[in-house]
Amino acid sequence: MSIATNTIAPFDLIDEQKSQADLHYRFFKDNFGDLEPEMDNTDDLPDFVFPKLGEMGYLGATVSEEYGGANLDFLNACLLGEEAARVSPAIALSYIAHDNLCVNNIYRNANEALRQKYLPGLCDGSKVGALGLTEPGAGSDALGSMATTARREGDYYYLNGSKIFITNGPIADVILVYAKTDKERGAHGISAFIVEKDFPGFKVAQKLNKMGFRGSPTAELVFEDCKVPAENLVGKENAGVKIVMSGLDLERASVAFICLGIARRALELSIEYSKIRQQFQQPIASFQMIQKKLSDMYTEIEAARALAYRTAAMCDGLEEGGGGRGDIHMLTAASIFQAAKCCSFVLDEAVQIHGGSGYMRDTEINRLYRTGKVLEVGAGTQEVRKIIIADELIKR
Amino acid sequence: MNAIDVKSQFQLSPEQDEIINQFERFGREELLPLQEKMDLEDWWPEDMFERFANIGALGTTVSPEYGGSGLDYFTAGLIGKTLAKYNHAAAFGWGAHENLCVSNIYRNADDKMKRKYLPKLCDGTLIGALGLTEPGAGSDALGSMATTATKDGNEYVLNGRKLFITNGPIADVLLVYAKTDRGAGAHGISAFIVESDFPGFSVAQTLDKMGFRGNPTGELIFEDCRVPAENLIGGENKGVSVVMSGLDLERAFVSMVSLGISERAFELALDYVKTREQFGQPLASFQMVQSKLAEMYSDIETMKSLAYRVLSACDGLETGGGGRGEIHKLTAASVKFAACAQNRVVTEAVHLHGGSGYMLDTEINRLYRTNKLLEIGAGTTEVRNLIISGELLK
Repeated sequence: MSIATNTIAPFDLIDEQKSQADLHYRFFKDNFGDLEPEMDNTDDLPDFVFPKLGEMGYLGATVSEEYGGANLDFLNACLLGEEAARVSPAIALSYIAHDNLCVNNIYRNANEALRQKYLPGLCDGSKVGALGLTEPGAGSDALGSMATTARREGDYYYLNGSKIFITNGPIADVILVYAKTDKERGAHGISAFIVEKDFPGFKVAQKLNKMGFRGSPTAELVFEDCKVPAENLVGKENAGVKIVMSGLDLERASVAFICLGIARRALELSIEYSKIRQQFQQPIASFQMIQKKLSDMYTEIEAARALAYRTAAMCDGLEEGGGGRGDIHMLTAASIFQAAKCCSFVLDEAVQIHGGSGYMRDTEINRLYRTGKVLEVGAGTQEVRKIIIADELIKR
Repeated sequence: MNAIDVKSQFQLSPEQDEIINQFERFGREELLPLQEKMDLEDWWPEDMFERFANIGALGTTVSPEYGGSGLDYFTAGLIGKTLAKYNHAAAFGWGAHENLCVSNIYRNADDKMKRKYLPKLCDGTLIGALGLTEPGAGSDALGSMATTATKDGNEYVLNGRKLFITNGPIADVLLVYAKTDRGAGAHGISAFIVESDFPGFSVAQTLDKMGFRGNPTGELIFEDCRVPAENLIGGENKGVSVVMSGLDLERAFVSMVSLGISERAFELALDYVKTREQFGQPLASFQMVQSKLAEMYSDIETMKSLAYRVLSACDGLETGGGGRGEIHKLTAASVKFAACAQNRVVTEAVHLHGGSGYMLDTEINRLYRTNKLLEIGAGTTEVRNLIISGELLK
């Protein structure tokens, strides 16, 4: 495990991490390997997925053991997402929404009492987590246009508003929700709350019907004078922006790995297909135009992968409230920007190689293809990612 | 898993940072001021290798017993990147000497040859080059190679021509590939050390390049050029493994040149858009410009991540290793990505400079003119695609 014998940093996984990743892959393959076709049809996540993940010790990947977590470093936690995405992008997405967006954020920002109360259930898979930031009117301008409010009355906050495109929304037991506690102060009037699904005034307005990632349920959530105990405030009142921003950096670093997992699988399928598929009496792999596609796909994947690994490693140990600015803010934005671009490119070429069969909805490559776009939209659009990078560059 | 520090697994060491700083200073103070004259007059400063020797940039990967500094390939690559940032032409001459000639001799020659040539190549008294490409043998470098070497007593007699040879016009020592068995294709190639004053060797011409000007590129002629048999490297007809493993390292290495050039072009572009005002505000305030900046940054961070990863993987490469498998695929991917990304970065950098970037005597224009070479030399992008797809489909 020690890299001390070799003074040159590998800028890559070491053997032990590679075997860990293989183990992760085998777990997802063995347990969830045949779920995708049905998930794609029904857009439902099988009930046993989260308990199984908990049983394996994959939930609370970055959380310390005292709360029931696995205490992995951030890079290894991200590898879980990558390997999961190779098998089932939808499970990978639900997993990351739970583990990175909800659990890791609570772990990093909540006080001891809240950690004790929520983390064990979230880590053993009996509770499913989600995060609520985006709103019907607040997409890229998530903070400025946020309309959900929280007003303090006695020992409770009362939340009003709605959240949209919330991954795991329909099945979540515990949701980390952002709301404005001071409407006048813009981004600095935002606070974070832990909301349970049976708090009065909370409801799932609708389950949304998506093009891809089907099986990972997405919802619109409504808060109507939703009554949240004051102690469920995470961090300080009006200090939510730090939680959002550092949380988003980690989310971007992590979601880049979903892109990688999907792209790797698409390349794998394309190589297999081009070797088998015969046209003009020879495998299409013998044509240089196909060879170039495969080479481009591989190159983009390995390049995005190198950046994503390096970025995730740099995120490890990011102090509470850290991120949201500086090098790590730029690097995480670049990592997901590159990975999402790569993923869309690879998927497009993969369907092209598959020809007509890739256009059929019930093929694996077509399911993968339909995941592509949202990775350029969610967790900050490609445009928002570029604004983040440019702002930091110009500041210097 | 917490036993290791995952950060240090993906970061330069303090020593490596210090080496970069040292070469940043050297680059800015000594190399950058030479750039304009080198480009305008296609002038190679006579004392360039002396400067390299003084700063400790020669024989980087060669062990001290032959006069080298015994560094790893990775650190040598960092030096290459930093030299390229401030003077790409100087870096090119340095890289052809260090990586293509010196490192290849060090990795493949016997002790006698090493003792004969390496000390002087390491102290800057001799300049090295490598001769592979020929007028009729570009991408098909091995198959179409027409230069021959025929054994005559205890000499080989070389006949043929080599083209686009970096440092060719100034080299004292050249590693030259020639066919010793024409019937055996790639497996009939051998490598020789040729000195520029061996009878029958001549420089036919110095070629006039679009970019990397100042670093001379030549066409070399071998007319019954007589080479002592002991100057054969790595066994007769065994040249292919020397070529192929050498090419893998070259590709990993050249990625760092692309990175250095891109970093500098980006630095210049970023400075420019912050100061240049149009419509009463800096160019940097426009989203269309910001989009370019962000894409350039992402490209650079990506090529850096891949180039570092691949160069680091090359460090464990045994002598004669490479030329196949994972490392063959990865080095091709690294240089391919870096060269294409460099193209995007220098193109956008000139675009951001507007009309002034089109002027021949600006630094950004010189950087722009480095474009294409790294998509062509050390294997074209197409050859890199063939290597990668060849490995993927095996």
